[in-house]
Amino acid sequence: MGLTSIDWLIIGVYFAFVLGIGFALKRYTKSSTDFFLAGRSLPAWVCGLAFISANLGAQEVIGMGASGAKYGLATSHFYWIGAIPAMVFVGIFMMPFYYGSRARSVPEYLRLRFDEKTRGLNAISFAIMTLFSSGISMYAMAKLVQILHILDLPFRTLGIPQAWIFHTGMVVSALVVLGYIYFGGLTSAIYNEVLQFFLIVAGFAPLVWLGMKSVGGWAGLKASLDPSYLHSWVGMSNPHTNRLGVEWFGLTMGLGFVLSFGYWCTDFLVVQRAMAADSMTSARRTPLIAAIPKMLLPVLVILPGLIAMALTSQLTAAPASAPSSAARQDTQATRGLIPVKRNPATNQPELDTNGRPQLDYDLAVPNLLLRYFPTGLLGLGLTALLASFMSGMAGNVTAFNTVWTHDIYEPYIRPNAADAHYLMVGRMATIAGVALSVVTAYLATHFNNIMDMLQLVFAFVNAPLFATFLLGMFWKRTTGHGAFAGLLSGTAAAALHHGLTIPAGSSVGIKGGWLAILHTYPSEMAQNFWTAIFAWVTCFVITIAVSLVTKRPDESRLVGLVYSLTERPEQSHLSWYQKPAILGGVILIATILLNIAFR
Amino acid sequence: MHLDIRLPIGALFTTLGILLSVFGFFSNPAIYAQSLGINVNLIWGLVLSVFGLLMLLLGIRATLLNANSRKMVFREEELRPSKESID
Repeated sequence: MGLTSIDWLIIGVYFAFVLGIGFALKRYTKSSTDFFLAGRSLPAWVCGLAFISANLGAQEVIGMGASGAKYGLATSHFYWIGAIPAMVFVGIFMMPFYYGSRARSVPEYLRLRFDEKTRGLNAISFAIMTLFSSGISMYAMAKLVQILHILDLPFRTLGIPQAWIFHTGMVVSALVVLGYIYFGGLTSAIYNEVLQFFLIVAGFAPLVWLGMKSVGGWAGLKASLDPSYLHSWVGMSNPHTNRLGVEWFGLTMGLGFVLSFGYWCTDFLVVQRAMAADSMTSARRTPLIAAIPKMLLPVLVILPGLIAMALTSQLTAAPASAPSSAARQDTQATRGLIPVKRNPATNQPELDTNGRPQLDYDLAVPNLLLRYFPTGLLGLGLTALLASFMSGMAGNVTAFNTVWTHDIYEPYIRPNAADAHYLMVGRMATIAGVALSVVTAYLATHFNNIMDMLQLVFAFVNAPLFATFLLGMFWKRTTGHGAFAGLLSGTAAAALHHGLTIPAGSSVGIKGGWLAILHTYPSEMAQNFWTAIFAWVTCFVITIAVSLVTKRPDESRLVGLVYSLTERPEQSHLSWYQKPAILGGVILIATILLNIAFR
Repeated sequence: MHLDIRLPIGALFTTLGILLSVFGFFSNPAIYAQSLGINVNLIWGLVLSVFGLLMLLLGIRATLLNANSRKMVFREEELRPSKESID
């Protein structure tokens, strides 16, 4: 692929702005509150856009396009039931405790509400997890730069070996993210996330426009795709009659309740964005404002995957009209713009259990970009992709430096130091966090299985979390011992369930069944959802049981941390459309309408 | 008071929009065979410029209003008789 000077200019302008924002904000970053919580001074809409943008990383943009191509419109469940209800819930019910308790992080809330050991468990597992997530983002970005051959020509001209492209992509992205967070802290990360949100819209909207025009609009999509691609609910009564391979109960409970609430309501990466808001009302409106664009994001991230898939039949009908070389390489098995997945070591196509070649769905969106964007717009499209990778990385790095400083360094290593000291530690943690992300990214390159295994372990750790928060916030009898025991047993239950079950067509090992096979799930997704359900229920039951046999917590200590002991936020001065409950209701109704329209 | 975020957003999108539309205006029409014959650089560049200018406008207005209201506060403090003068 040849980029011309206009493309480079656009990418360069973007990088200049990203770093410029960091430098411009440097003089406002004087205290640790400025650095870790943006001085609690940002308006709701800024926090709201950062709230979704921090999550709109590589896995999201490339991954949701890939899922769109593989599963079709059913991918929208990850938005409409897998995000919106939880975002409304956290805004209306949970934010009063997060923001009102003046905790500086989610683990710190756990210390205030429960005890030190529950906080320590959450802080340490979260810190490790963020490093790996940011490493994965970095790895994906460097890989994309390599696969799209963005730097091939300049490297050849300069006589630098092509193998260095990957390393360069990694180091440059690390330095840029480091640069803007080091100086401006969370404010800088949030400002850049908002910028990145608009860039992603600016880069992907013309892709959907040209793509839809090319396939002949919605009618064209319908004509060229199997009907199963264009429904989100039809066929959900049985795992074998829909593309996801799950049934409605596993979907709504596993994804819609356990996983979604576990992420959006307890993950400090997103909650931190709301904590930066300038008032309680703004903090509560942050996830609600975020829910509005989140509801519409499937158009930008899932639809391109569907378009790439739909172009198949049209391209196979007239193969000569496909000028993209990337799409032409594997004319035999390729479907449209989506090439066959190859084993990196042997370059042989990878086959599924039925002996058919697997498609590399991750290339659906990048290939669509190369297919339709002329030079100029191509620079903008690539900038949007780079922006999404960096926002994902930056979100993790800012969450890491805060949790490290407030929840690990301050309580366990050096308590009662001056504010300036913690500010310095935060900056050092930013450098260390970025450096460790590079290490994890290289780990991902060398040990693919280690990465899969870590993700699995994180899933086990995360699944029960929401039960702990739900009980902690709404049942004042919940004790620290109960929460700690619940979390550990929930994680153990997840591991046990995974070890005893396996998705159909998989081999024993990382996919499950490593203890014994008691049950076979129709798909990996169904297994994941049920693992989460088992973990959640176990944590919920054990937390209640242990709480009932341990000493009742002192109620005076729980004011502001538990629903029944906390005054409702004053909101009589707000006009009706500003009230979180009304805003939340409107969002839920709109989501239901979307589900009905695209059932 | 922080830097109003609409200023950098506006400046970035205006710059990108102008770059794209000027390039689109002078570029060889043959390159648009790829984008279904539409000069997307020109059209999208204009769209981005409009968005960028709007953001700039809102950002500048808010910054000026803010500066004004702060000036008013200072003024009031000046006008208020100081403790010593009352004594």
